Amino acid sequence: MSDTSRDERRTERAIAVALVLSAITALGLAVTYATGGQVQLEGFLLGLSLGTMGWALCAWGKHLLPPGPFVQQRQHPAEADPEQEPVSRLVDEATGEASTLPGGGTDTEGLDAVGRRPFLVKLLVGAAGALGVAALFPIRSLGPDPGRTLFRTSWRKGARLVTEEGRLVRAGELEVGSVLTVFPEGHIGEADAQTLLIRATEDDLRTRPGREDWAPRGQVAYSKVCTHAGCPVGLYQVESRRLLCPCHQSLFDVIDGARPVFGPASRSLPQLALDVDDDGYLIARGDYDEAIGPGFWERP
Amino acid sequence: MTRTIKRANRWFDDRLGASGFVRTALNKVFPDHWSFMLGEIALYSFLLLVLTGIYLTFFFQPSLKEVVYDGAYAPLKGVEMSQAYESTLRLSYEVRAGMVMRQMHHWAAIIFLAAIVVHVGRVFFTGAFRRPRELNWIVGCSLLVLAMANGFAGYSLPDDQLSGTGLRIAYSIALSIPLGGTWVAYLLFGGEFPAESIISRLFVIHVLLLPLAILGLLGVHMAIVWRQKHTQFRGPGKTEDNVVGSRLWPSYALKSVGFFFLVSAVTALLGGLAQVNPIWLYGPFRAADVSAASQPDWYVGWLDGALRLFPGWEIRAFGHTIPAVFFPGVLLPTVSFGLLFGWPFIEARFTKEDVRDHHLLDRPRERPLRTGIGTGVITFYVVLFFAAATDVLATVFDVSVTGLLVAFRVALLCLPPVVAFVTYRLCKEAAALPDEEDAAPVVVRTASGAYVTGHGHQAGNGGDGTPRADGLDEIGSGPRPDAH
Ligand code: FES
Repeated sequence: MSDTSRDERRTERAIAVALVLSAITALGLAVTYATGGQVQLEGFLLGLSLGTMGWALCAWGKHLLPPGPFVQQRQHPAEADPEQEPVSRLVDEATGEASTLPGGGTDTEGLDAVGRRPFLVKLLVGAAGALGVAALFPIRSLGPDPGRTLFRTSWRKGARLVTEEGRLVRAGELEVGSVLTVFPEGHIGEADAQTLLIRATEDDLRTRPGREDWAPRGQVAYSKVCTHAGCPVGLYQVESRRLLCPCHQSLFDVIDGARPVFGPASRSLPQLALDVDDDGYLIARGDYDEAIGPGFWERP
Repeated sequence: MTRTIKRANRWFDDRLGASGFVRTALNKVFPDHWSFMLGEIALYSFLLLVLTGIYLTFFFQPSLKEVVYDGAYAPLKGVEMSQAYESTLRLSYEVRAGMVMRQMHHWAAIIFLAAIVVHVGRVFFTGAFRRPRELNWIVGCSLLVLAMANGFAGYSLPDDQLSGTGLRIAYSIALSIPLGGTWVAYLLFGGEFPAESIISRLFVIHVLLLPLAILGLLGVHMAIVWRQKHTQFRGPGKTEDNVVGSRLWPSYALKSVGFFFLVSAVTALLGGLAQVNPIWLYGPFRAADVSAASQPDWYVGWLDGALRLFPGWEIRAFGHTIPAVFFPGVLLPTVSFGLLFGWPFIEARFTKEDVRDHHLLDRPRERPLRTGIGTGVITFYVVLFFAAATDVLATVFDVSVTGLLVAFRVALLCLPPVVAFVTYRLCKEAAALPDEEDAAPVVVRTASGAYVTGHGHQAGNGGDGTPRADGLDEIGSGPRPDAH
């Protein structure tokens, strides 16, 4: 007996200490805040204050209160209260046939009374359904019709290539083995128009039929949007002449029409046809001839 | 002070007369087991999310309007960025206590999801989902989905480079849905990526729509637990027809509130001392930029890993495309959650055990098949999770990404069945061993405070002076403990 009370007294004392500590650290937090705040100190003091408070409450609940265990009987939900009918039965009655109910209709219960007019119930269901469908229409306002927008970018015939900083790109200024992110003039930063300009040696390029004059002097341009899930294909590995997409590690072979050689991507990066204008700047011969970026249902 | 509280109690009693309900509520018995606290952790971190989140909304501006930064974080001075990014920087560096609040919010989200996942595991491995609790299993799984969605939405709000990349991928996944994918993506984002309205939409979704849904379902979840009473492990005096444990008032309530403080304490310590999602290092989102080693928050990791491991099988036929991302990005989650939601019914079908209610929990080893399937499935997702870090692992261990990816593909297919089989065998063997738990001594503390040790079916007095053969207090049959 005396043992227990000594234990209890010790617990009490420990709880008291914890609560005092909690109060002190809380005050410390206030002081920290008032004197300009400091992230680590704030977190530390708040954590200590909350922690000691939490420990005190747990210890109180665990050691200083009747511990049980206590027993309680379970009841099946449907028969929890014998005075009450299960809801399922009430609903059954509401939808039941009118003929099974006592005539007159004045002494039937609320839910029963509804079920007595099956025709009106059907109409009600129909009307509610129509209302629900009508309520769906405003969803259409959330976005524009995709239409052909996914097949087009801002590249046009004669559009000059500019860098992210807005500088025009001269033909031949790019060294062999280097790479540049370009946009059509006037559309800097556009997500679907971002294009990679790479300088390869002309003889290396395995040009696809029909694309013979798309890469003047080894300057070849591919869409920068990964055909897997649309990340910018940002990393050019110069020695292997491959483009790496950092998102899921797809590799594209620059020499071979940006064909995917590894990873989850399955389509080549679309190639932008380039030309050189009279002032010696690189220009596009037109928009991409296929939809850029990740696939979608309407894409052939 | 207790006098004042007592007087207040009487005041409410006179006006509401709720003592009948309150008395049953306060006397309600909850079984004690450490694993039953996992759900509590989730609940408390949600509470923390709401508290810290409200604070953040006072400072955050969900707008993509471009501004030039002129704040306290020197490296980004003069950089063009969206208001969303700028206000996140501002609330981190210029609002006093803002950084702690933001990091606590993020840590609370990480803990919230972790607690839910482990809680789901507990319910699964102990068979707590069986009849009559299938309904609450479905509610719980819905909470998991909503929590994941809300975590992702919140993660995307600051409009930094990393979250922007995540949104880009989410957009591509939406785009990949057969038939209506382009419409889904356009309606969700308000047009082609990166559409103007996405951040303001995500904001409403993150602070209003999903929290409201989570709050509602949490209420339902707990109401059902309350109604059906908690499950319990087998033990002396515990049957299918009773609940043995602590009463809600005062012991359990005090411990629960204390536990809330402890969870908050851990979150506060992490929020102050452990940096999380340092968006100022990632920079503002630019559609043409991407950083290497882009990893999402942990609970989205398995999806990212699946996107990496799935081969580039794109179906192109009849003028249509089913993109490669559809399979890991749409089909895999659909099937995963379909199986998760449906598990109670699948299992009941095969065991034909749902003819009666189950209130006593299984120990995992008693159900070798279920436990084996569970560990196998977990292994599958753990492999996917680690696959999301292939690029990081490749640099750390200095191996080629290509080889690593191939190894992961092999592991994804081979490891789960192996783990499942080993678990199955181990369970079988463990189940054959003599059960030491039934013979374990039981320590019971009497009302006077003395400890009595017994073996199973003998122990001392209960708290209210009603002796029982098994030393347990019967609530509802003996004299009720005074609620005042
Ligand atoms: S987005 Fe490029 S590999 Fe996935």
